[in-house]
Amino acid sequence: MTLEWIGDAILILVVLPVVVYLLRGVLNAANSIVPSVQQIATAATAGSKDLDATALLLTTQDQVQKTIETAADYGGSLDVILDDAR
Amino acid sequence: MPAAGVVMIVAVVLIVLALVYYLVSTILALQKITKALDEAIAGVTGIIEKSAPVDEVVTSINTNLDAGVDLLEGLLVKKAGLSDAVGLVEGLYPGAAAEGFRNLPESKQAKAPRISEVYTKGTLTLARLGREAPIAAASPNGPALRNPEYGSLAARGLYPEVRQTRPQSMPRSPIIGTDSPVQYEPSESPGIRKRMPGKAAVLEPAPQQTEAQEGPVKSGLAFLRRLKGD
Repeated sequence: MTLEWIGDAILILVVLPVVVYLLRGVLNAANSIVPSVQQIATAATAGSKDLDATALLLTTQDQVQKTIETAADYGGSLDVILDDAR
Repeated sequence: MPAAGVVMIVAVVLIVLALVYYLVSTILALQKITKALDEAIAGVTGIIEKSAPVDEVVTSINTNLDAGVDLLEGLLVKKAGLSDAVGLVEGLYPGAAAEGFRNLPESKQAKAPRISEVYTKGTLTLARLGREAPIAAASPNGPALRNPEYGSLAARGLYPEVRQTRPQSMPRSPIIGTDSPVQYEPSESPGIRKRMPGKAAVLEPAPQQTEAQEGPVKSGLAFLRRLKGD
């Protein structure tokens, strides 16, 4: 009988607090991860939206090519019109 | 049932309740994490997809710009000479002479002449481009050719005297436009006319030159023409 009471006391005074302490630690850790992951998701979404403008690089590429071609045309004309340096 | 057994049952029930509460709370938190990670993965995937062609496009842009720089630097050096080209660039962008031209390392050692002393015609051209052109303003060897902020009339001193006092004696400007009396045929080859107006055809085959003899200008042009062909 005494042993049963001792077992009850250990169960209530030792096992239960340890179980609660450990589970609470796991829950706190999981809860602390949530805002960080949500911030990462927000940043990734915003970064993806920021890169929407990369499609304009194709226009830039085309314009640069046309500009250089035009400059080359002018350069060819100048090469003919102007005398070379002495 | 003995009292000790009842207490044990109560203790076990309490432990199970604690387990259920904390584990369910943990499961809910993990579900939030999973949902947020799904959003993050979708965002990162979008970033990867959108940034995939950037390298190729930027490389192409840089290639074109490199060809343009080669062309313009080569043309400037060919027409003005290395020393005067460095002086012209230095006059436009003070301090640029120290960096020199990219394809001409020896240009870093070239002594840049003062643009206002050497390039009379070039100075005039620059003055015509805009009254605020800071011609030689940053030259450490003497006063500026004119005050770039207030000297709006000082630019007159750069022009030949007849332009200011007897403008009626200046030759008339050529008439340009579709209805001009002298018409030029559009040329498919830039800088080469099929024929001069009023004269016989002047188009002559250019002498054969190797790319090394032609210099960076022709190399740049050839590169751009090949680029056009692609």
